[in-house]
Amino acid sequence: MNEITKALTEAVSDACERHPSVTEAGGEVEWNAELWNALEQIGVTLLSVPEEAGGAGGDMSMAVAVLQVLGEQSAGVPFAETALLGAWLLSESGAPIPDGVLTAAVAEPDVTLIEEPGGSWTLDGTLSRVPWARYADHIVLLVDGNVVLVERQRASVTPGSNMAGEPRDRVEFNRVAVDTVFTPVDDAGVSPQAFAARGALARTASMAGAARRALDLSVRYASERQQFGRPVKAFQAVQQLLATLAGETLLCGVAAESAAQALDVDPGSLLPIAAAKTSASKSAGEVASVAHQVHGAIGVTDEHELRLSTTRLWAWREEFGSARAWAKQVGEIGAKAGADGLWAALVNGR
Amino acid sequence: MDALTLDAVVFPDHLKTLRQDVRAFLREEIASGAITPKIDQWLSGWDPAFSRRLAARGWVGMALPEQYGGSSAGPLARFVVIEELLAAGAPVAAHWIADRQSGPSILKFGSEEQKTTYLPRIAKGECYFGIGMSEPDTGSDLASVRTRGTKVDGGWVLNGTKVWTSGAHRADALIALVRTEPLGDSRHAGLTQIIVDLPNPGIQIRPIYLMTGEHDFNEVVFENAFIPDSRVLGEPGSGWAQVTSELAMERSGPERILSTFPLLVFALRALEAADEGVDEVRFGSILARLWSLRQLSVAVAGQLDAGEDPAIAAALVKNLGTQFESLLIDSVRALVDVEPDLGSEDELARMLAYAVLHSPGFTLRGGTNQILQGIVAKALGGRA
Repeated sequence: MNEITKALTEAVSDACERHPSVTEAGGEVEWNAELWNALEQIGVTLLSVPEEAGGAGGDMSMAVAVLQVLGEQSAGVPFAETALLGAWLLSESGAPIPDGVLTAAVAEPDVTLIEEPGGSWTLDGTLSRVPWARYADHIVLLVDGNVVLVERQRASVTPGSNMAGEPRDRVEFNRVAVDTVFTPVDDAGVSPQAFAARGALARTASMAGAARRALDLSVRYASERQQFGRPVKAFQAVQQLLATLAGETLLCGVAAESAAQALDVDPGSLLPIAAAKTSASKSAGEVASVAHQVHGAIGVTDEHELRLSTTRLWAWREEFGSARAWAKQVGEIGAKAGADGLWAALVNGR
Repeated sequence: MDALTLDAVVFPDHLKTLRQDVRAFLREEIASGAITPKIDQWLSGWDPAFSRRLAARGWVGMALPEQYGGSSAGPLARFVVIEELLAAGAPVAAHWIADRQSGPSILKFGSEEQKTTYLPRIAKGECYFGIGMSEPDTGSDLASVRTRGTKVDGGWVLNGTKVWTSGAHRADALIALVRTEPLGDSRHAGLTQIIVDLPNPGIQIRPIYLMTGEHDFNEVVFENAFIPDSRVLGEPGSGWAQVTSELAMERSGPERILSTFPLLVFALRALEAADEGVDEVRFGSILARLWSLRQLSVAVAGQLDAGEDPAIAAALVKNLGTQFESLLIDSVRALVDVEPDLGSEDELARMLAYAVLHSPGFTLRGGTNQILQGIVAKALGGRA
């Protein structure tokens, strides 16, 4: 990790500790406005978006490092949706990036852009499971190869959530007027597939962070919890669980960072992200179940903080493409490479 | 928990050329029939002529400096070469241990005379080493070795037995860990590493056959074997620290992930030949895991390249990687209908049988996974 990234992640980590995110008992993740303001002051909410487009500059590797911290802290802020998805779509289309929180989605097949008589445009249809929609100031949609920006207030939002209580809302557009339709620049590589890949990379990085927290909590608990007159960590069976946690956690982190590096070097490479998401999703399940095993019964309760990490791991592994869908992508790339090209594909990332 | 902070690595561009060169060489070797791809060839593929051909291209002894015949290419360059060799299933066993650990150990701890005697020959692919660590009553608990070195005029007399010494019957030397002082308060004190040239009139080498019938491993019996003073590696009594350093080299490499990879290639080739599609989800799952594990292994090589000592990360890689080697076999069984048979004319049936019968060794050799997990857990901190 270079010095700039290190300083950035330390600043983000400090901000998360100053403004801890809260999840109500049994309920929804609270939008952490103070943390978002702090992140804006640090200048990371538009990280990885080019400065000339109004962003903060930086690359995917830096964004992934920040996402790991936010994931570790179970932070209630839509950084990935704002920077990596919404602002990305806008900047690649030469559109101005508005202040505030963004969320983003691919419109097809549920929402269509309709040309009204007189030449104006409207959106019509309903999207499901849009992350953080109710707290977003604007919603950015990729629709039929074009990009549109809509004020959230013009849509009708019905709250929903993932297993961690993070907002995953239903967003209804009822002939909502669209002011401008932006077209991505030619070589931008904007596509539903690229959108999903960036989202998947973001969730992979977040999973690495959540896994790290689950590991840290488990090591702490196993050191403090006494049974049979000694800390449970003294038992080899528990040590082996901790080693499994450490391995899967490290694997998640390196996978996310490697995929980000691959994307920074070669924006068209799909295999690294598909492989990282597939592998991290597997690790996430392993980490969650082993962390709970280490914690015993207290870990499954609403009052214990372990659930903040494990429910996220369970939810994130299927977001922006299920673990199965991404595994299939990897398999397709491998089958296409064929027996003679399989190793080269793994090494080259395409 | 700094042991778990590991930066991902992108290979520098100049190594791409090296990789292409190795691939072109291997394609030619396979096409001409000079070598035949198989799994687990870093243990079982003993082919001195191939080792010399590799060395002639500068691909043995890459960790050694030029003054001793090496290429000072560094850990990342060596990583590129060895992972290409492993992925292709090339027969690398003859020089593997000398290249991986004996050579670097002699470079680190050896006398000038030892360096000039062994290292240039290792780099030429002509001098092969065995490992003299385990004993009949000493497996994971390495400090319990009982092979004894007794000081005599001009050298040491060794008595005892080493086991699981792969290639000892064909090797030029081995490095034995022996007790040279009586067991005292510290079990780690009083141990010494000694380079043992082979053959030696005081040493008997007996085969230990694997369940495949292969002869890779040996029992090495020392009966008043005389070894001159000049063959003590490092200082007498400092064997424990040296052997720990050697184990880090033994544990961190891509051979702890890729031993069975050629089997996946064989399986895909069989499906292609039969014009059958592959179960993409299952195939993709195993490929994805391999991709991530490889990135982890590359990151460890990157740390070595930066001069750091990633002992804990290496233990983690070996723990996960060796489990993957068996997982790959199960994935192949789920992807292709094939009955394993060592005597089959069908390559995949033969290779699957070979892989299944080799698989228990993956998570044992170089330190059992349970021991590695203990090392990791200890490093994680917290009170215990």
